[in-house]
Amino acid sequence: MEFLSDIASLINSTLRISTPLVFAAMAGIFAERSGVIDFSLEGKMLMAAFVAAVGSYYLGNPWLGLLLAIIVCVCLSMLHGFASVTHKGDQVVSCVAINILIIGLTTALAAAWFGQAGLTPTLNEDQRFLEIHLPFSDALRDIPVIGTLYSDILSGHYVFVYLAYLSVPLVFWIVFKTSFGLRLRAVGENPSAVDTAGINVFTMRYKALAINGVLIAFAGAHLSTAVNANFFREMSAGRGYLALAAMIFGKWHPKTALIACLLFGFTDALQIRLQGVELPAIGEIPVQLIQAIPYVLTVVLLAGFVGKAIAPNAIGQPYIKER
Amino acid sequence: MSNIVVDKSKVPWWVSNVIVPLVNLTLALLVSGLFVFIAGENPIEAVKLIIYGSFGYIQGFAYTLYYTTNFIFTGLAFAVAFHCRLFNIGGEGQAYIGGLGVFLVAINLSFLPVPIVWLLAIFGAFLFGAAWAYIPAYLQSKRGSHVVITTIMFNFIASSLMIFLLVDVIRDTNQMAPHTVKLPEEIWLPSFEAFSGILGIKIRYSPLNLTFLLAIASLFFVWFLVWKTKWGYEMRAVGHNTQAAIYAGISPHKNIIIAMCISGGLAGLLGVNEILGVSHKIQAGFPAGYGFTGIAVALMGRNHPIGILPAAFLFGILYQGGSEVTFEMPNITRYMFVAVQGLIILFSGALENLFRPQIESFFVRRLNREVNV
Repeated sequence: MEFLSDIASLINSTLRISTPLVFAAMAGIFAERSGVIDFSLEGKMLMAAFVAAVGSYYLGNPWLGLLLAIIVCVCLSMLHGFASVTHKGDQVVSCVAINILIIGLTTALAAAWFGQAGLTPTLNEDQRFLEIHLPFSDALRDIPVIGTLYSDILSGHYVFVYLAYLSVPLVFWIVFKTSFGLRLRAVGENPSAVDTAGINVFTMRYKALAINGVLIAFAGAHLSTAVNANFFREMSAGRGYLALAAMIFGKWHPKTALIACLLFGFTDALQIRLQGVELPAIGEIPVQLIQAIPYVLTVVLLAGFVGKAIAPNAIGQPYIKER
Repeated sequence: MSNIVVDKSKVPWWVSNVIVPLVNLTLALLVSGLFVFIAGENPIEAVKLIIYGSFGYIQGFAYTLYYTTNFIFTGLAFAVAFHCRLFNIGGEGQAYIGGLGVFLVAINLSFLPVPIVWLLAIFGAFLFGAAWAYIPAYLQSKRGSHVVITTIMFNFIASSLMIFLLVDVIRDTNQMAPHTVKLPEEIWLPSFEAFSGILGIKIRYSPLNLTFLLAIASLFFVWFLVWKTKWGYEMRAVGHNTQAAIYAGISPHKNIIIAMCISGGLAGLLGVNEILGVSHKIQAGFPAGYGFTGIAVALMGRNHPIGILPAAFLFGILYQGGSEVTFEMPNITRYMFVAVQGLIILFSGALENLFRPQIESFFVRRLNREVNV
């Protein structure tokens, strides 16, 4: 039974750890399907974490913190659009700028407002999201298998975990089953054809970036107002890039991107459990090397050992309307 | 949306390469001032402190030039790769591994004559930095993995690897902190104090050392390599138009690999300054963000050595003056200057065309009027 509960807790933490990756990958799908590269997921996630933590602290309600984070992230997405869609600046440079700006700004402001350590104050129970225990989870816990499945794996997560996995079918439906989604994909594949059909390429890209901003805000809020009870320096720790890699590995498709996110989440969960454990034949692996596993996995997956990724055709190219 | 059409051939070079970048820089600094204000400090006082800290006394100025040295290396590193349209965001990791190269060469070959040790250590730094850039380059060119993601991942991996080495393998076992033993004093690079002693100026301590001259030499090296050699031409051709380059018989794969390796090698040279010149040992996290600052330096310097030198100097001023600010103003930490870098990348990189059409057409009209008169 101990083995089973080990597995259950591993799956439980995989779901929790994958959550910000799922939100970020879905956000990435919107931007990149419309033809705009978005490396700035990392920076936006960090900004959302900061704004959500500060917002909840002052407003006393985590939902208001989340709302503020959404507003700020949409603004950042608009900034990216302003630079790379309207002014046809280099999309990668714009993302790098946003990421470096946010790493600096969040920590600088946290230090200025809350003291040198660059942490925001710890949120109390009213100011943060709490784990949701599904009905009857305590009563059903002792039933073998079903009890474990329901009470230990499905129940007891933060609201974001459920929202993240619900967002995947929603994103699939929007992108592949609605006329908006058709236009979105067309703008990323062949913008001049879309333009000929009388659809404004710039407006479509801005709309895609707005949705991208909303989704990424959830990822950041999950980090600072649910899993942790405060913001700390560089707390996104490369998750934006991991999510982007998962999205590319998932071929810009919500379902396969979800699987890639879960794979990353599982690796990370495993990595945490392996720390300080003696492995047969190998012995204890140094903690620094274990921590590098998700990053190494990203490189390996991106190298495309499971088939080549085909990006949207017009990605990275600013659209220039002919005169 | 601006619909101003400017005849590029009529725009004088100093408008597009001096005036426009200065306007963009000014915008970035104005927004930075706003952030300083939001953080609860007076931006004008901060500027005064920056100028005093970086120019006000000889030791401060030496520090400014020491930072400049680092930024020349990382700025050149980003610029070389950028001419091949590659975004090497991995300068940080390449510099870290480059430091390992310097240290390993210097500690193992310290019995050799001093100048030879220096040369070999410089070579070691370049080689290790280049090797760390090689894998992302290979994956970009052969497997299509985006170099931005792989180089970022290689930063994380470099950091884990180096901390592992510093804790478990090459740590000075007499110390608790994770750093190596010091290199023997004979092979330290001569510092500015030594020179200033000869000139009769006495200063207490400065990290400025002979590596500054290596940085200046690197500027010439890159200029010659990129603009005056066949390889440089091929590399820029691949960067401008890969398809055309292929038809001209140029191999994109070869050029991507060479460009990234030179880029990584230049970033690795940062290790020469930090380890052979200043701390004489590897400390955890010694690249301290210089790799990322290189991006801002290169974009501000328009990826040309002539632009990178003043851009690196400007960032030297910001870093050294910035430490004066963080010392005097409790609400400002060094992260504020990371944000400033982000703004400079934004305004001189992504938004470089924000006011370019307006400025260029303004000057073109003015100059034409003068001709007509």
